Amino acid sequence: MKIIVNGRVHEVLALTLDQALSELGYPESTVATAVNGEFVARGARPETRLIDGDRLEVVAPMQGG
Amino acid sequence: MATGSKSLHRCKGDDVFVYDTELSSRLLLGTSRYPSPAILTEAVKASGTDVVTVSLRRESASERSGQGFFAIIRSLGVRVLPNTAGCHSVKEAVTTAHMAREVFGTSWIKLEVIGDEGTLQPDVFGLVEAARILCGDGFHVFPYTTEDLVVADKLIDAGCRVLMPWGAPIGSGLGLNNVLGLRALRARFPDVPLIVDAGIGVPSHAAHAMELGIDAVLINTAIARAGDPVGMAAAFAQAVRAGRAAFDAEPILPSDVATASTPTDGRAFLA
Repeated sequence: MKIIVNGRVHEVLALTLDQALSELGYPESTVATAVNGEFVARGARPETRLIDGDRLEVVAPMQGG
Repeated sequence: MATGSKSLHRCKGDDVFVYDTELSSRLLLGTSRYPSPAILTEAVKASGTDVVTVSLRRESASERSGQGFFAIIRSLGVRVLPNTAGCHSVKEAVTTAHMAREVFGTSWIKLEVIGDEGTLQPDVFGLVEAARILCGDGFHVFPYTTEDLVVADKLIDAGCRVLMPWGAPIGSGLGLNNVLGLRALRARFPDVPLIVDAGIGVPSHAAHAMELGIDAVLINTAIARAGDPVGMAAAFAQAVRAGRAAFDAEPILPSDVATASTPTDGRAFLA
């Protein structure tokens, strides 16, 4: 399916959020995720099923003021 | 002109309590806009700060720059205060706060809900709403606000126990744009820790804030973009300590007329 990850389209085989993160090469920890604008906690990733067109945001610590 | 009342609950010297946490420095540092991670590291050390602000941004699976940055921050042994910088809506800010709590493992959140792109001033209506939601969710909210007393009252009513009024627009270096407003805020809320955040340009601005009885200051651009960020961090540390020491020493009140400092008694008659 095609999902939009951080604004870019990706083709993934994964069916769930945790599988998608693994397939895309993201570490489990030190990233946070939101699907279609809604925060998805780390523990909820395995049961979060993705569908075609879902928007996934993967964020990590960065500099900030 | 009073310089602001003292609260029995606030400490003298360098120590200040925010959300029951004792900080040994009244200087907080932002971490953005530094020339390099090495200079950021040295500036944090030179400042003597206990707290740095951080953010969350999109991570690239291949570059993983966020992992490297987080490792640097953890090695410094300082507390992190994540921010919701760039959020323009309540939903964005609340979602970002939840993501930050999970990643950084802290309930502290510097809440920014930006209302205007030119001034980056807070949308105070959204700020109060987001603060209420997040305080209800167990966050310890540090709201980036203005000097408006009504907004401050609503933020405290929403559950905030710290206020972060701006000095001037973010990154402007203009200093304290509304000294009267900050004095009024200090006088109205003597027991609420006030941290002036945004717009400070030079150490004398920070010292002035401390002399007004402000509890702490948060500095980013003025240090990060200085010619010598490490030197400037050290200078700010001195200024914050000096300003607080001056406040604790109870400065004289300004006068509109002169008062001779040398006694007139015993003056020789030489006419």
